[in-house]
Amino acid sequence: MNAIDLTRRNFIVGATAASGGLTLGFTIPFADEAAAQGLAPEVNAWVVVKPDDTVVIRIARVEMGQGTITGLAQLVAEELEADWSKVTTEYPTPGQNLARKRVWGNFQTAGSQGIRQSAVYVRQGGAAARMMLLQAAADEWKVPVAECTVSKGVISHKASNRTITYGKVADAAAKLEAPKEPALKDPKDWTIAGKPMKRLHQAGKVNGAQIYSIDHKMPGMLNAAVQDCPIIGGKLNSFEASKAEKMPGVKKVVRVENAVAVIADTWWRAKTALEAVNFDYDEGPHAKLDSASIAATLKAGLDAPEAFVGNKAGDAAAAIAGAVKKVEAVYSVPYQHHAPMEPLNATARYTADKCEVWTATQNAEAALAAVSQAVGLPLDKCDIYRMDLGGGFGRRATSQDFARQAALIAKEMPGVPIKMIWSREEDQRHGTYHPITQCKLVGGLDKDGNLVGLQMRISGQSIQATIRPEGLDKDGRDPFTFQGLNPGGAEGAFGYTIPNLLIDHAMRNPPVRPGFWRGVNNNQNAIYTECFMDELAHAAGVDPLEFRRRLMKNHPKHLAVLNAVADKGGWGKPAAPGVFRGLAQHMGYGSYVAACAEVSVDAKGVLKVHRIFAATDCGHAVNPRQIEGQIEGSFAYGLGAVMLQEITIKDGRIEQENFDTYQILRMEDMPAVESIVMPSGGFWGGVGEPTIFVAAPAVLNAIFAATGKRVRNMPINNTDLRKA
Amino acid sequence: MVKLNVNGRTVEVDADSDTPLLWAIREQIGLTGTKYGCGVAQCGACTVHVDGVATRSCSMPISAFTEVQKIVTIEGLSPDSTHALQKAWLDLDVPQCGYCQSGQIMAAAALLKAHPNPTDEEINREMSNICRCGTYNRIRAAIKQAVTARG
Repeated sequence: MNAIDLTRRNFIVGATAASGGLTLGFTIPFADEAAAQGLAPEVNAWVVVKPDDTVVIRIARVEMGQGTITGLAQLVAEELEADWSKVTTEYPTPGQNLARKRVWGNFQTAGSQGIRQSAVYVRQGGAAARMMLLQAAADEWKVPVAECTVSKGVISHKASNRTITYGKVADAAAKLEAPKEPALKDPKDWTIAGKPMKRLHQAGKVNGAQIYSIDHKMPGMLNAAVQDCPIIGGKLNSFEASKAEKMPGVKKVVRVENAVAVIADTWWRAKTALEAVNFDYDEGPHAKLDSASIAATLKAGLDAPEAFVGNKAGDAAAAIAGAVKKVEAVYSVPYQHHAPMEPLNATARYTADKCEVWTATQNAEAALAAVSQAVGLPLDKCDIYRMDLGGGFGRRATSQDFARQAALIAKEMPGVPIKMIWSREEDQRHGTYHPITQCKLVGGLDKDGNLVGLQMRISGQSIQATIRPEGLDKDGRDPFTFQGLNPGGAEGAFGYTIPNLLIDHAMRNPPVRPGFWRGVNNNQNAIYTECFMDELAHAAGVDPLEFRRRLMKNHPKHLAVLNAVADKGGWGKPAAPGVFRGLAQHMGYGSYVAACAEVSVDAKGVLKVHRIFAATDCGHAVNPRQIEGQIEGSFAYGLGAVMLQEITIKDGRIEQENFDTYQILRMEDMPAVESIVMPSGGFWGGVGEPTIFVAAPAVLNAIFAATGKRVRNMPINNTDLRKA
Repeated sequence: MVKLNVNGRTVEVDADSDTPLLWAIREQIGLTGTKYGCGVAQCGACTVHVDGVATRSCSMPISAFTEVQKIVTIEGLSPDSTHALQKAWLDLDVPQCGYCQSGQIMAAAALLKAHPNPTDEEINREMSNICRCGTYNRIRAAIKQAVTARG
């Protein structure tokens, strides 16, 4: 531990922070750091230039399909003045980060923060490297550095008509002192960042060559299939594996905490043998837990006297009591599972003095902490080798249970690398589910149809209360519950000014493990507020766009994206026959988003989402092509959830164990998406999640326009949409 | 020992006869481009061609095969990644995480064999593979671009 100046406790707390709010208590230093261990010679921590002029950009965040690697590399390459065609990337390990006093900052890839929270220091890294490379050339030529220029990795000295490439001066540059505060370009001068570059590393994704964590191979590697206790709060009493132990290929059957792992030569043999193991469980305190009892617990919270306040103005109760018209509705959003395409897995090798794990994780530093703690080796005797993710969506950020479990299995056979893969069923049963909530909304309208008071009571689960209690306020309030509902701030401000307002949260925490699921609490908060705005508008007899505009005068950025989708989507003009529209807007992860959905519902009640216009103002748009991909992808994810997905509990167990019962949106249900990327500059907003917030409420409002039915309990397919 | 014809070569596979084709391809033959997603033929990540027909290899035991049937995996779709679909996939930047894309491309290649100029309805029907990143619209566009490129 002597190479590490962070205390273990602080590191673990910091590294497990799952989303936002983590302040790094140090500045990001550059080349005056100790030399990297096990990495190529570098100009500084962020930039390696090879003799053939290949530029390797180090990426602290991880790629899971959201395009962050490409965007971060664009930002560094922009300041570096690199030749984009020669840029590639590599991942440092969390062990290297720790040994270098976290020179690469935060590895966590969640909360749509990959680019927005590291945009300054990664660009400074690129700029510093550029200045050092220029200085090295100037030194070699013995000319003032101010006379040297660079374009696409070629340095020129015009007066003497000399040129030299980055690759030729990289070694000399690395020996120079790093500039302390390198100046950054004005985004309007960008030539690489801000452009619709294609993604890096795509070739291997169309010919099978891309190696995911599940594909990792090592000499002498064995495979493990695992079954953890499927009962929430249950424990494994004992197991009987005499038959499994004799099955072909089986090397060992081990108990790891409440799980049994079969270790065999192949995974298929391990899984087959696992099915021959008999388990005896202590079903524990939640053996009778079911979805109905959870719903009843939440329902009681809707009218409970005590709640944590998220946003308050005036006296909402009095204003509603004095209103001409009162509108009330109760909504609910169920548990949902991330279900990334690549089931959770990790390969681990344990020896008495080292534990190494190869895995796909959204937070390799948290994985390092979890592995170190599990196997009892200090942090500097462990490391995590990062691999691209076959999907993350928050599951691989919320908990590093998979990395931890793989390390514990490997500890049972020291020296032997063991790849542990969860079956799809295991993945479904041991999720960190999108938290369950209900919401009661009451609004008061005056005689002119203006909203004079709004009460919004959320009842349900806090993610942080279970996953990272250090993120709660002193009084136990979970600030994340109010994502997008906050009175102000740069992260997620409520987009309406309502004179009398009370938004509060009755925290009810069922024992089902919650997690950060793409969009997190913004998803249900946007459904609750935006569908109820639509309800209020109809009750007031006012057009839903006009009704919102009256409340949005103080929120120009929220209004701008709403106006953009209304304008592009033809709001107020006739739609195609049988097609109906719905609107929604919301702000989260620093970005302003809005949607206008077009749907039809046929006589049999079959919903078709035809097209969604989507606008996002993310401040600076680093790659418009990738942002469009994130908009479409977030809609597929969000629409699948609102239309089809619900995790239910029976007898303390998760009921949906595979894609036959846990339905995923497929090609035939994917709407056309018209993206409006409208960066207004001056701030950095996220793009991986925000647009997901508005897909569901826009569709729900369009369903009301089509059918006159309000769907208030998700998913939609639980409701008969045939006209009454 | 089962003999399989994979990507034009006969290989002897030393696996139990009830082993799904997927796991023989991944673990015995060592081709990892074909993916495990669900194991119950729901997601299509494991799609390969068997005599040109898109087949979900997770749910077919190797005992159902002989060396007569021609099995093609993503690695064997073209010798140099120049199948019209692969080129269109790269041109339109289709993959996000990429995990499902081997199966998507194999399903699309079989679709184009059966329907050289597919309608949207045919694409919907044959392209039932799951993509959690939601690349469906770019997949559809890439299929259409590949059709155009082939002329």
